[in-house]
Amino acid sequence: MRIENHPILEFKHGKKVGFTFEGEELSGYEGEPIAAALHDHGVQVLRYSIRHNRPRGFFCAIGHCSSCLMEVDGIPNVRVCTEPLAAGMVVRRQRGKGELR
Amino acid sequence: MIATPEVLIVGGGPAGLAAARETVGAGCDTVVLDDALEPGGQLVKQTHKFFGSEMEYAGVRGIKIPEILLREVSDSPKLKILLRTTASGYYEDGVVTAIFQDKKVLKFKPKKLIIATGAQEKTILFPNNDMPGVYGAGAVQTLMNVYGVAPGTRGLMIGAGNIGLIVSYQLRQAGIAVAAVVEALDRIGGYWVHASKIARLKIPILTRHTIIEALGEENVTGAIIAQIDDNWLPIPGTEREIECDFICLAVGLSPLSDLFRLAECEMVFVPEFGGDVPLRDTNMETSTKGIYVAGDVGGIEEASSAIIEGALAGISTAFSLGKNIPDYERRNRELRDELVSLRSGPVGEHIRSGIAKCRISAKTEVG
Ligand SMILES: Cc1cc2nc3c(=O)[nH]c(=O)nc-3n(C[C@H](O)[C@H](O)[C@H](O)COP(=O)(O)OP(=O)(O)OC[C@H]3O[C@@H](n4cnc5c(N)ncnc54)[C@H](O)[C@@H]3O)c2cc1C
Repeated sequence: MRIENHPILEFKHGKKVGFTFEGEELSGYEGEPIAAALHDHGVQVLRYSIRHNRPRGFFCAIGHCSSCLMEVDGIPNVRVCTEPLAAGMVVRRQRGKGELR
Repeated sequence: MIATPEVLIVGGGPAGLAAARETVGAGCDTVVLDDALEPGGQLVKQTHKFFGSEMEYAGVRGIKIPEILLREVSDSPKLKILLRTTASGYYEDGVVTAIFQDKKVLKFKPKKLIIATGAQEKTILFPNNDMPGVYGAGAVQTLMNVYGVAPGTRGLMIGAGNIGLIVSYQLRQAGIAVAAVVEALDRIGGYWVHASKIARLKIPILTRHTIIEALGEENVTGAIIAQIDDNWLPIPGTEREIECDFICLAVGLSPLSDLFRLAECEMVFVPEFGGDVPLRDTNMETSTKGIYVAGDVGGIEEASSAIIEGALAGISTAFSLGKNIPDYERRNRELRDELVSLRSGPVGEHIRSGIAKCRISAKTEVG
């Protein structure tokens, strides 16, 4: 969900762009972290952990904790809390360590 | 190719930017690396008016400070800021490696290195603490204050220090409900200004309580909290369920000090500072010559002191490179005095005790 009407903040958004998440067409603002665009659509589960296959999501937002690793345009282990969204990105939940192709 | 700036600064938060203002101002070729999308560190998400001394912009909203810090030097050809660039290694020949925008490895061999990487949020143990919807409070701040996205509809805050209180208030400003603020201590750790804002909003602050577990399958759908006894153990029968769709952890920060360890700087564990920090002299130089520390990475404190430490590291670095700094000794002393006065009084007590544990007496000490 986007925050509308904030009493003291005005959000400067980039232009609206389309991307896909697990094959579904979604939209977000160019340049915002992929994780922010996904949260807007209520997507909290970003990957499944390596050993116990547990759901993992956003946690630190500064690219340090490895909780939010996803597969973006075929590349695994992308930290989506700091990776800017671009038009046409193909974003998928990562399972385990991900695969390099 | 190896780049050879005079000064490399890792971290573009208040400490790193204040250091850059000084080194660039003194004419040093300076490169700043920061792994975020924009410079400013923790400041970019802080919409509240700052506490601290006037010299360090108290009363100004945190988000405005990076811009002000950079104003004097932003056009200088001596300054280069590389964003989305993570310093990843330090080698025995003094080379720092960095990953540039997840694409390219860069190498730097600076004459001097200032490490101002800040801190990361801690977590605590409870079942399901890894579940989506359990977030660092600072991370939630970034999501809502920088990008305008709500983390959920109703949150539970763990920790009544300044961060827990401020983020709770900001959640409400953004139109998001806060079920309660849970605090293990028998008192509120944060400043009264922040606590009374929460009280006015009628958000309960539950001292001597802790979270027992997060509920949910794939994401948070609630939480169990309980009262704790003098040994911080849950009191049976006091458990209750809180309805929430996210949980914020504001349980302290821990310094991101790995680079110092790689550089074999002498480290010490300082509980007051949240973890391992490098020893340093009064000019902020570590036990490894030419490597300086500034800000939260040297001990969790606040932006005001991070700015002064950054400036001190910056002028000391420039001076040691032989740059002409008018009034160096006076400025150095002023900055150190300013730190002493910030850390005075009862609030500064744990900081003073932390500093005492990581001081090395400097041979180059001025005045
Ligand atoms: C909610 C909240 C409220 C606060 N309110 C106040 C207040 O009112 N007044 C006050 O004085 N202080 C306040 N603080 C504290 C203040 O924000 C911090 O003390 C201050 O930001 C520390 O500055 P710093 O430069 O040391 O670190 P940071 O601001 O954390 O900056 C460090 C930077 O380094 C980057 N980095 C880390 N590792 C690497 C790497 N390997 N490579 C490249 N870059 C890296 C990080 O991404 C970050 O941008 C508050 C903090 C929080 C969380």
